[in-house]
Amino acid sequence: MILGFNTRSAAAIYQRELVRAWRTVFGSIISPVLTTCLYFIVFGAAIGARMNEVGGVSYGAFIVPGLLLLTLLSESTANGSFGIYMPRFTGAIYELLSAPVSVAETLVGFVGAAVTKSLIIAAIILATAHLFVDYEIVHPFLAFLYIVLVASAFSLFGFILGLWADGFEKLQMVPLLVLTPLTFLGGTFYSIDMLAEPWRTVALFNPIVYLVNGLRWTFFEQSDIAIGVALGLTLAFLAACITAIWWIFRTGWRLRE
Amino acid sequence: MPEPILQIAGLEKTYPGRGAAPPVKALENVDLEIRKGEIFALLGPNGAGKTTLIGAVCGLVRPTGGEIRAFGMNLAHDWRKVRARIGLVPQEMAIDIFDTVHRAVTYSRGLFGRPSDPGRVEEILRALSLWDKKDAQLRMLSGGMKRRVLIAKALAHDPDLLFLDEPTAGVDVELRRDMWEQIDKLRDQGVTIILTTHYIEEAEEMADRVGVIDKGRILLVDDKDTIMRSLGRTEARFTLDAALSAIPASLAREGLSLSEDGLALVYRGGDGAGGGKRAVAEIAQTLARESIGYSAIDAHESSLEDIFVNLVKDRPEIAA
Repeated sequence: MILGFNTRSAAAIYQRELVRAWRTVFGSIISPVLTTCLYFIVFGAAIGARMNEVGGVSYGAFIVPGLLLLTLLSESTANGSFGIYMPRFTGAIYELLSAPVSVAETLVGFVGAAVTKSLIIAAIILATAHLFVDYEIVHPFLAFLYIVLVASAFSLFGFILGLWADGFEKLQMVPLLVLTPLTFLGGTFYSIDMLAEPWRTVALFNPIVYLVNGLRWTFFEQSDIAIGVALGLTLAFLAACITAIWWIFRTGWRLRE
Repeated sequence: MPEPILQIAGLEKTYPGRGAAPPVKALENVDLEIRKGEIFALLGPNGAGKTTLIGAVCGLVRPTGGEIRAFGMNLAHDWRKVRARIGLVPQEMAIDIFDTVHRAVTYSRGLFGRPSDPGRVEEILRALSLWDKKDAQLRMLSGGMKRRVLIAKALAHDPDLLFLDEPTAGVDVELRRDMWEQIDKLRDQGVTIILTTHYIEEAEEMADRVGVIDKGRILLVDDKDTIMRSLGRTEARFTLDAALSAIPASLAREGLSLSEDGLALVYRGGDGAGGGKRAVAEIAQTLARESIGYSAIDAHESSLEDIFVNLVKDRPEIAA
């Protein structure tokens, strides 16, 4: 126990979640990397070769942050949601609820493991991207922090989904029907400045636009949105997720009878 | 008298009604004290409130009233310290079936904040005859083995108080005997055990004290032997060779009656601890002395089950 934080409990959850990921290594790591490679082949190498530069950056390099974010969002959400949904589904959640574990320790364990998996995937994707396109990251440290921030926010969001869902269909619904479309329309493959009005204004209502542009700024120091706005919105989303989870554990919603 | 290991006072749990349905009272004003080192059996029919009561102590259910104290601490305030000393074996096979036995038990120990101790985990697995299966995935184990894994997980953090929720529900007779042996060993190690069951035989075999719960209310809590003495009965039927018109004065005693056709003497009485049997023997001796012939004696000692059935039958539903 360090400053009232039960490190052993958090570590136990964290390790168990990583073991679970290793058990499903194909689905957890290899599959998203393979999918991203296909995107690079289609959009980067095949189509990108016929595209002009975007803001002084080759099209192949331009889509790297967007593609990274595309995988990061879906994987963080999936990892965060499955980690807590599975024990709810099997009933094994009883052990967590009866253990001397606080909300903070639960989050560090589950969400920490989900973020770790996302970071491993991000590192592999960035390395893989080098095989297809040349790019340099202008602010590598800021890029790392931004990736950690986004992975944390969406792992927390996934955790909420895992608590909310009462079936596998609901678990998949939000990532497939909300996140994926928003990500594709959020400037992953283009700058929103390429859009004609009113679509450019409409795009500004898509929160993913801010995430993509925030990360793109750390890569190329160019963005459709001010970096401060992007960062502020990402932090606000993170805070909203933590507040929602704190409320869920406090009230026992979907957890305790 | 030492302080009880667990004190429950005025515990209430009301579930909100779904839709237009009225709220459901699962526990009503439950008072219960558990002594250190005992095996306490909580008996009750399905839906009596046994699992809700356990859930309230273990943190799975949020009580709507009352107070729970364990190890001298208030559960609401010192939940971390209290939970660290309680183990729970659930009724359902709630496990990650892809986990291995060793990893599942090691995880439970860590989750409850205990330092890693492979030696202790080995000890627990060996005691439950699981060591040979330590690397097996749980899905490969038989139902009985899985139940043992649940017990091993609950024991991984060396709890002082162990809840077993219907530990032998749905298991075969052999495995049930095996479970009873395991529970007995735990008692010998000083673990206080609270088990819920609707198998009366289980309570009769294992428990030091018995509590009966029905429709959310505790009806009775006492030593098993005391219950048997105070509520137990002996019933004996003497089939006579010839009909009697009345009970002879030498036989007259409380609890003895003559059947309508005069061909049987029926005794109902005793204290469940030998008193009834003595009365039956005396009646048999008197019949012989009086030369009243009889061809059969059917004697029956009331079991805990009879007592339990009498207690819970015809009880009204709790008004919500």
